[in-house]
Amino acid sequence: MSHVKLTDVTKRFGPVVAVNRLNIEISKGECFSMLGPSGCGKTTTLRMVAGFEDLDEGEISVGEKVFSSSFKKYYLPPEKRDFGMVFQAFAVWPHLNVFNNIAFPLQIRKMTKTEIEERTRRAITYTGLSGSEHTYPNELSGGQKQRIALARAIAINPTVMLLDEPLSNLDPKLREEMRFEIKDLQRKFDFTIIYVTHDQAEAMALSDRILVMSEGVVQQIDTPLNIYHKPANQFVFSFIGLSNMLPVEIADGSIWIEGNHNAGAIPTEVPPEVKARHMTLAVRPYEIDFVRTAGVRGIVKRVAYLGDIIDYRIMIGDVEVRVQKNRKREIFRENEPCGLEFNQVAWYERGSAS
Amino acid sequence: MMIKKHFGNFGLAEILLAISVLILVIVVAIPVLLILWTALFVDGKFNTADILNILSQPATYEALKNSFIIAAGVTFFSTVVGVFFAWLVSRTDLPFKETMKVLFLIPFMLPTLIGALAWKMLLSPRAGYINKFINDLFGLDGSFFNIYSLSGIIAVETMYLFPFVFIQVTGALERMDPTLEESARISGAGLLTITRKITLPLMLPSIAAGALLVALYSLAHFGVPAILGTEAGIYNIPTKIYEQIYQSGGSFTAIRTGTVLSTILIISAALILYIQSLVLKAGRFQVIAGKSMRPMLLKLRGLKLPLLMFSILYLSITVIMPTVTIFLVGALKTYGINFTWENMSFTNLKYILFEWKMTKDAIWNSIYLSLSAAFVTMIVGVLISYTIVKMKVRGKFILEFLGVLPFSLPGTVIAIGVILMWSGKFGVNLYNTAWIIFVAYIARYMAFSLKSNSAALEQVSDSLEEAARACGATHWQSLKDIVIPLVKPGMVAAFFLIFLPAMRELTTSVLLYGPKTRTIGVAIYALNEDGETVYAATLASVALIIIIIGQLIIKRITQSKIQGVQ
Repeated sequence: MSHVKLTDVTKRFGPVVAVNRLNIEISKGECFSMLGPSGCGKTTTLRMVAGFEDLDEGEISVGEKVFSSSFKKYYLPPEKRDFGMVFQAFAVWPHLNVFNNIAFPLQIRKMTKTEIEERTRRAITYTGLSGSEHTYPNELSGGQKQRIALARAIAINPTVMLLDEPLSNLDPKLREEMRFEIKDLQRKFDFTIIYVTHDQAEAMALSDRILVMSEGVVQQIDTPLNIYHKPANQFVFSFIGLSNMLPVEIADGSIWIEGNHNAGAIPTEVPPEVKARHMTLAVRPYEIDFVRTAGVRGIVKRVAYLGDIIDYRIMIGDVEVRVQKNRKREIFRENEPCGLEFNQVAWYERGSAS
Repeated sequence: MMIKKHFGNFGLAEILLAISVLILVIVVAIPVLLILWTALFVDGKFNTADILNILSQPATYEALKNSFIIAAGVTFFSTVVGVFFAWLVSRTDLPFKETMKVLFLIPFMLPTLIGALAWKMLLSPRAGYINKFINDLFGLDGSFFNIYSLSGIIAVETMYLFPFVFIQVTGALERMDPTLEESARISGAGLLTITRKITLPLMLPSIAAGALLVALYSLAHFGVPAILGTEAGIYNIPTKIYEQIYQSGGSFTAIRTGTVLSTILIISAALILYIQSLVLKAGRFQVIAGKSMRPMLLKLRGLKLPLLMFSILYLSITVIMPTVTIFLVGALKTYGINFTWENMSFTNLKYILFEWKMTKDAIWNSIYLSLSAAFVTMIVGVLISYTIVKMKVRGKFILEFLGVLPFSLPGTVIAIGVILMWSGKFGVNLYNTAWIIFVAYIARYMAFSLKSNSAALEQVSDSLEEAARACGATHWQSLKDIVIPLVKPGMVAAFFLIFLPAMRELTTSVLLYGPKTRTIGVAIYALNEDGETVYAATLASVALIIIIIGQLIIKRITQSKIQGVQ
């Protein structure tokens, strides 16, 4: 059963189509992430769900209730949607202390004093803010401020929680910690999360499903595992994780790096669905193996130690290939000739997407 | 070698500090001390009886009361008007918002003196054009509105001072992170609740900062009360001081009364600045700008056009009508006749520009005094700001303290101070010469120069200068080749920030002018006093044209700066 439903949602800013016919169904209690480069439309989509932007076309509903609809000319203002939302820049009110920040949505709803007290305390306890009720936000760190924002969002027990890059203003270590705290809060309060981020690790760690977006268009909606291992297209392949995109030429069942036949053929099968002569071969750096004598021949140009892995740049003629191996010692030195074999590859038509 | 070089730097820092301190002491500190000394001591003895005597005189007491009533009224109304228009242009969907934002700054450029002159012509009890028009229309014989009153003074000052608040509040509203309001909205609050509980509290420091600037300005303002008040016997502190000194021909008793009243002004100004610093400190909210999303705008719907019309009407009444009045009256052959083509000519303009020595002198005096004071103050301001912002040298705190002083000195106080200092008591007598006005202008506008230059200098990272030193430049070379070119925009801004107000200065010059050293402001004021309303208006038109040209030059300069960055 879908909880949040977006149907043919479209948003234009002047001539620019920011979001183009978006269809999403999010289940109750799901953690759903929207991932993409900046300007891809993910934040605009979230703001349409929140009600800060209206739709040019389409409909957004939560549960049985329609929230925005271009067909019915209906639009419920954000203050009536009962969502929890956390913003990138914390948006904690500096003139209110921690307690009053968190109690604000409850006060707006005119709850009784005891209920406000009780619910605020609970939110404070769950977000680990106990003891700083009477502190003002400016005396607190970025992590603490984001905890206030989270507490404020959960105080009303929302069924849907909107998170707009909530962790990107925090330092990396704190970011990882907060991911788990958000997950914990979700388990305790059982809300549906819509999470916007440009950080793929964050999306992978948190989400049940990820939507990858580019230029306002959905590229893939799938589980983190499938997004990574079965990318729907070249954009998703290159956006998620590291990748090599090699221009290849296919003739008589053999594959060559384009313009570099001297290096020899790439020892990989040509799948039957590949018909064109010129293709792009996509392969992740750790899906490439070194061989001494066979394989496609190249020269090691640079070796860099990245701690637990070693990063190689190999030149096959004039094309650079990146290879990563987690061995303690280097297999090849700089300027040594080597051979490469590709394990898992994906084929994309040339010029499909870059 | 190393030691010698280090010693050299130490020397430059010390010399700069010494020069800066010396200038501020001579120009600002000693005059203030002289005022306090003269007010509090008689023949070297502490004297409270005399002070109480002066303050208990009904006339001085009345002036004090009026000053505070005017300042309070102007501050209140400027805050209301300024906040309302600021909110209108930055938080609603008012049409032509960007244009309106610029238009609301124009009242600032219109000198209050000229504004008051125009309103006198429009609303003086009997002869005012509007009063006459309404009387003729309804066959009445009273006056529709008497501008010669406390409410008249408050209204006219509000018209030209509210931009202080407007600028502060629009700036703050634009810098404010929109998600602070959005998060209140998603928490369930409507726009009115958000304005009341989130936006207004967050704007409070900026509103207070603007309001206190208005209070500081109005408290010690001469022009408007002088033109609209004295006629009806309404005096405030500056006009009272002027009246006493003028009537007694500059007697010491009058100057002493002036020092006592000045002391009250100094204390009030210091208090206002202290409150301002407290408010600003309390309000130093960290408002990080998030993603550049537009803030929520209140949809005005049916009120859109009425509010736009209201804003335009407001500006027409406060800016266009007075300006047109000044130009029209300035062209009349005699005051009081009708505005017809036959009654108007350029004769007045020709007369005051080329024939009448008094006005010719006034224009020339204002131009060279403003230019030279602006230039010197700009240079000295760079020197002092550099020492305060960049130098690490012992004794800097003295300079920091002295640097705050100019901000708290009203124009009247500066005039009294330079009179005490430069009228022969210390071997130099500049009284009745242009020099005394020159020195007073430097003291009066030092605050502007310090503000503009330190802002520019704070933008120049220390590492830029250090990089120059690492490349082998001496301290002096790094200053000349790196720092000065980088702060040049700040210096140019300071120059105009001083030149334009100095061109229309009245509060200080009116206490200092001699027979040959009238400035434009003084001349306009004197002509109006002598009943030469038409010539006053003609001279005011000339002043307005000079100001407009000055503003256009500033605009060109700031625009080319922006293009340079792109």
